[in-house]
Amino acid sequence: MQREPGAASQAEMERVVLPHLDAAYNLARWLVWNPQDAEDVVQEACLRAMRFIGGYREGDARAWLLRIVRNTAYTFLEKNRPAALSEEFDESLHVRDDGKTTDVEAEFARSTDSQMLQAALEMLPVRFREVVILRELEGLAYKEIAEVMEIPIGTVMSSLARGREQLREKLLTAQSKGVHRGVRE
Amino acid sequence: MACESDKLLLHAYFDGELDLVRSLKIEEHVKSCSDCSLDLRQQQTLRTALRMPGLYQRAPQALRERVLAAAARESGGGSRSAAWNKAVPLRPARRRPVLEWLAVAASIAVVVLVGWRLVPGLRNDRQTDLFTQEIVASHIRSLQPGHLYDVESTDQHTVKPWFDGKLDFSPPVRDMADQGFPLVGGRLDYIGSRAVAALVYQRRKHIINVFVWPESSSDVANAEGFKRQEIQNGYNLIEWRKGEMDFVAVSDVNADDLKQFIQLMQKP
Repeated sequence: MQREPGAASQAEMERVVLPHLDAAYNLARWLVWNPQDAEDVVQEACLRAMRFIGGYREGDARAWLLRIVRNTAYTFLEKNRPAALSEEFDESLHVRDDGKTTDVEAEFARSTDSQMLQAALEMLPVRFREVVILRELEGLAYKEIAEVMEIPIGTVMSSLARGREQLREKLLTAQSKGVHRGVRE
Repeated sequence: MACESDKLLLHAYFDGELDLVRSLKIEEHVKSCSDCSLDLRQQQTLRTALRMPGLYQRAPQALRERVLAAAARESGGGSRSAAWNKAVPLRPARRRPVLEWLAVAASIAVVVLVGWRLVPGLRNDRQTDLFTQEIVASHIRSLQPGHLYDVESTDQHTVKPWFDGKLDFSPPVRDMADQGFPLVGGRLDYIGSRAVAALVYQRRKHIINVFVWPESSSDVANAEGFKRQEIQNGYNLIEWRKGEMDFVAVSDVNADDLKQFIQLMQKP
């Protein structure tokens, strides 16, 4: 079989792609959940990256690779778990006026653990989840997130605000349930 | 009372995405608005929680090997395997230590190495290339399991004295956890044919290695400040001079973060 024009040499692959493998895997894990599926998605994405490395010019290699990982993960989800993508996105921010007090804040800070956080993230619609992951776990700037998700910066900002708000609500709900359970037992 | 101001801007402010003027405006507003200041504190709480260890999912070693092997097959012109639904059986990757280092090194790390006259004060281009390669290789090696530090501590007063008697100079060590670059440890390393010390910093999940060594040359080329910046194998490398010491920081953290790190290191 002939090599496609523009296909990467292995050396380019190692230079451009491999340094960002953790970032690629982290994003894939949070998008498709199952570790084996995430590995398959990353491997496929790396092969795609290698084929299309001609499309990468000096610039942000991480954002470029993450965009490919994201597209690959979405293709995977469409094929295998279409329900995960059919959630409604409510982009509007709800102004809360119901007893928002510093007590809630203190409670929130005290009892959040990583398992609870993981469960809450799992419940977020995929688009909100990925924007939170890219910002908070990967530390990307809005501009980079816009590049990865192929959306305008304004949408990054609104999705992030909404995602954080939903995450906070889910955490508070989970915590109040946890507290009740604790009292009963 | 819920504040009616634009909450989106509050998020952008929190993320450091606003220009100075708007940023100051929000800062001023938050001082007098309990609703917005509570929002900000909650965002900070959430951020702190999201950075707990255990949430970031690192690539397993087996995946690195799979990717490398798949890349080798692909570039070798063999038939392309659709590694889509199931992993294809791979022949074991040839032993290539450098590549394995690279594979291990995809995490984000900053390591500081401190050495004694690693290289002559003036290097020619070829020496510079070799030097860069040696630094990057050392960085990558340090990311292999169990190689990152000999002394694990976030306390500069533990790490600095640890080098006493191990080197013929005392490397400057400072923790910068408050600025988002916690010190995580130090180690002895071997670069440029002599023992050196390495300081290891962290930026989120990334590691930064900094190499430092005394540089006695008073040549013009050794004036204080920035010396050079390079990218090799996807790693950013910046060299600078402060006082009597030369420093090289290397990391896969993005260039902006690394520059910020270096500005902090350069402060008196």
